[in-house]
Amino acid sequence: MKTSENVALSIRNLSMSYGEQTVINNLSLRLKQGEIGCLLGESGCGKTSVLRTIAGFESPSSGEIEIDEVLVSSDDFLLPPAKRSIAMVFQDYALFPHLSVEDNVAFGLRKTRKKQVREKVREMLELVKLQTLTKSFPHELSGGQQQRVALARALAVEPRLLLMDEPFSNLDVSLREELSVEVRKILEQAGTTTLFVTHNQQEAFALADTIGVMQQGIICQWDAPYTLYHEPSDPFVADFIGEGRLISGHIGGDGIVETGLGPFPIPETYGTFVQGEKVSMLIRPEDIFHEDGSGLQAKVLQRTFRGAGIMYELELHQGGIVQALVPSSCDHLPGEKIGIRPSVGHVVIFRQPLESTF
Amino acid sequence: MSSIHVPTRTQGLFRLPRMSGWQISTSLICLLVLVPLTTLFLSFLHPEKEIWEHILQTMMSRLLINSVLMVTGVALCTGILGVSLAWLTGVCEFPGRRFFSWALLLPMAMPTYVLAFVWMGLLDFPGPLQSALRQLFGTEFRLPEFRSLAGVIQTMTLALYPYVYLLAKNGFATQGARAMEAAKTLGCSQTQALFRVALPMAWPWIAGGVLLVVMESLADFGAVSIFNFDTFTTAIYKAWFGFFSLSAAAQLSTVLILLVFLIMELDKRSRKKRRFYQAERQQTKAPRIKLPMHLQCVASTCCTLILLLAFGLPLSQLLYWAVQIFEQEFGSRYLYLLVHSASLAAIAAVIIVFLAFVLAYTSRRHPVGITQWFIHIATLGYGLPGTVLAVGIYIPMAGLDNLLISLQDKVLGSSTSLLQGTVLVMLLAYTVRFLAAGFKAVDSGMHRVTPSIDEAARLMGMRGPKILMKIHLPIIKGGALTALTMVFVDVMKEMPITLMTRPFGWDTLAVKIFELTSEGEWERAAIPALFLVVTGLLPIIFFMRKSES
Repeated sequence: MKTSENVALSIRNLSMSYGEQTVINNLSLRLKQGEIGCLLGESGCGKTSVLRTIAGFESPSSGEIEIDEVLVSSDDFLLPPAKRSIAMVFQDYALFPHLSVEDNVAFGLRKTRKKQVREKVREMLELVKLQTLTKSFPHELSGGQQQRVALARALAVEPRLLLMDEPFSNLDVSLREELSVEVRKILEQAGTTTLFVTHNQQEAFALADTIGVMQQGIICQWDAPYTLYHEPSDPFVADFIGEGRLISGHIGGDGIVETGLGPFPIPETYGTFVQGEKVSMLIRPEDIFHEDGSGLQAKVLQRTFRGAGIMYELELHQGGIVQALVPSSCDHLPGEKIGIRPSVGHVVIFRQPLESTF
Repeated sequence: MSSIHVPTRTQGLFRLPRMSGWQISTSLICLLVLVPLTTLFLSFLHPEKEIWEHILQTMMSRLLINSVLMVTGVALCTGILGVSLAWLTGVCEFPGRRFFSWALLLPMAMPTYVLAFVWMGLLDFPGPLQSALRQLFGTEFRLPEFRSLAGVIQTMTLALYPYVYLLAKNGFATQGARAMEAAKTLGCSQTQALFRVALPMAWPWIAGGVLLVVMESLADFGAVSIFNFDTFTTAIYKAWFGFFSLSAAAQLSTVLILLVFLIMELDKRSRKKRRFYQAERQQTKAPRIKLPMHLQCVASTCCTLILLLAFGLPLSQLLYWAVQIFEQEFGSRYLYLLVHSASLAAIAAVIIVFLAFVLAYTSRRHPVGITQWFIHIATLGYGLPGTVLAVGIYIPMAGLDNLLISLQDKVLGSSTSLLQGTVLVMLLAYTVRFLAAGFKAVDSGMHRVTPSIDEAARLMGMRGPKILMKIHLPIIKGGALTALTMVFVDVMKEMPITLMTRPFGWDTLAVKIFELTSEGEWERAAIPALFLVVTGLLPIIFFMRKSES
């Protein structure tokens, strides 16, 4: 990760609405030079609108956007898209069908000398490993190849900020992971600051340095993937990222939370709690181990075979439901009771009691 | 029709190529196209040397130059006009845009030859404009002669630009918003993006429209004869009815056929490209470009002007003439003309739609292989000009007739002509020319009946005829109706085939217009022309209602 202290993108208090409907609600974020950021959320959460506002295709109702410390959008000023020094990879790639691969890549390089253009195009196509397809036309390429042409075309203009809209959603599922790793390599090599949006958390994890989980026009949490997964800041993020269930608990003495799975120590990062306060606690499937001899018993409600493992949904003796991912050699039918042992690496608790969260 | 069960035959000793009834019918329809084409090319076996030399020496260079100049001029003008109007109404926003968006199609209702004689009447030396100008500027005042290349190009542009307009608008609509946005993120201004992205991407559609216009202008007979402007179509007519040389007419036709096939080949390529240029999925529509105030005025004015010149003014002039002359001119003979035209058109429409169904079913049963080639050949006729088809159908029919006469002579001892001078020749020629239009409409309806629909019906115990009545017909009904209307209107407007192959005394509205205009009787031609314009409005209204819903 090439990061320096230069801020490549800064959004301050951005709001936008279509008529009555607020799409972006007082949103702020920053990306450092060379950082790859991601906005992750369900469709309709406003993530694509943020991207299109940065590009200049939509006008915000208030707020400021700076790209490379140059103001491009404020309450009374809008720089046209062509002048923002950005590039964008569109969801459907938007390659120009009448131009060959090399002409597509050269499209944005007009004020440059011919020889330099050729040099740049060659360099870009090498970067995305498409040297052999320079003369081909977009309709002759596979989805993955088209996507790499779109990336090369965007990077060729050496943008100060690269925007990508659902970059992998048009590809086969099997290709996505492979390509996202590849794209990350390319972006790191080019050192381009990037912001992309997706609804797929695996893509976000594979590609981004920092992820913002979005809901209803706001960013719920803006953090590194590891932190998002292990220290979600609110129940929505906890539910959205990864798998898991919330169980209810209450605060005991000495920084302990009491739950149906037993007591757990509360990490110091949490503030102080009142003793007896009702809370909820996040249990990920990998927090629960299957142990036949364990005194803690749970009833199998549902089993889902996943190949290497079986995902069980278990009802605890004291009430509450958790999930457990167990090696598939341990096969139990719904209704059976099995022994479990909790081993929670990251204790995550929320001040909202269970009844009010979902 | 047992369209469902594939008959299983036991293999005999002889292995004939197995053809289904569908394939046999389609091959027969193919013959309708192949026989005239072969006949025309075979005409070189019996060259009539003197006439051919006369043609080469006196006419050929003029015909070629005239045709090339006319076609180039019309292609350029319709191209520029059609694309500009499509860009304005399809992509921009200005006062009246919604209205112009459909109103600019109205000139399609006016046959080219009608527009030609109205403009001729308006701008001719004794016409109202020149008379008024003479009163203002003295009797020596002259406008440039309207019977000229420029006049032909002007008239054809006004009559034919809607083809380019319609297709170019389609082209712009299928682009979606993304490509233009991509161009802008890569540093293009709105105008640069238009010329570097939007126009090149719409090019296959624009080219398709222009090629259609080229084909129409090459095939035109009525308008160029009003202008006394010699092209291949008028030369073919003169060779037959002036020199009475069918073989010279046939030989001239082959030149035209080669030109048409060249254009059809180019058109095929542009169609192929369209598939690749289409945005892959349903895209968000780009917001319309709001033009600055002064450009909005220019846009509204231009659209109004074109609409007036191509439709409003000619229609008013027709109405004015018709009202002026109605008392003395209108009578029961016009009803005869109308009945002739309409019954011919109706019969042709029914025959063509029936054959179109046969082709469409064949295409469905044999979606790959040589049968598709047969269907392709069977629908080639749309490119063949009416004059060419008239000659190409007449010659073999006359030959067949002579054969029948000699047979009768031998068997009965007396003889009458059975085929020549009957409506049959006319109907055959119409069929060849308009089958493609009918087939396209029926076939697009047929594509909505997917094979799985048939399979679902069969699983529920339905059988062939019942599937046809209960499932196919209701689904295809819309397409068949479109086909009927389109063919009906096309035949009503058709001039050269009717003129050249009609039975003696069998006049139609179009033929009447030809006769009156060749004597410069513009006013009297107004009444039959109005009938045609009203008929021509039918499919446009049809089309507009469909595109609105």
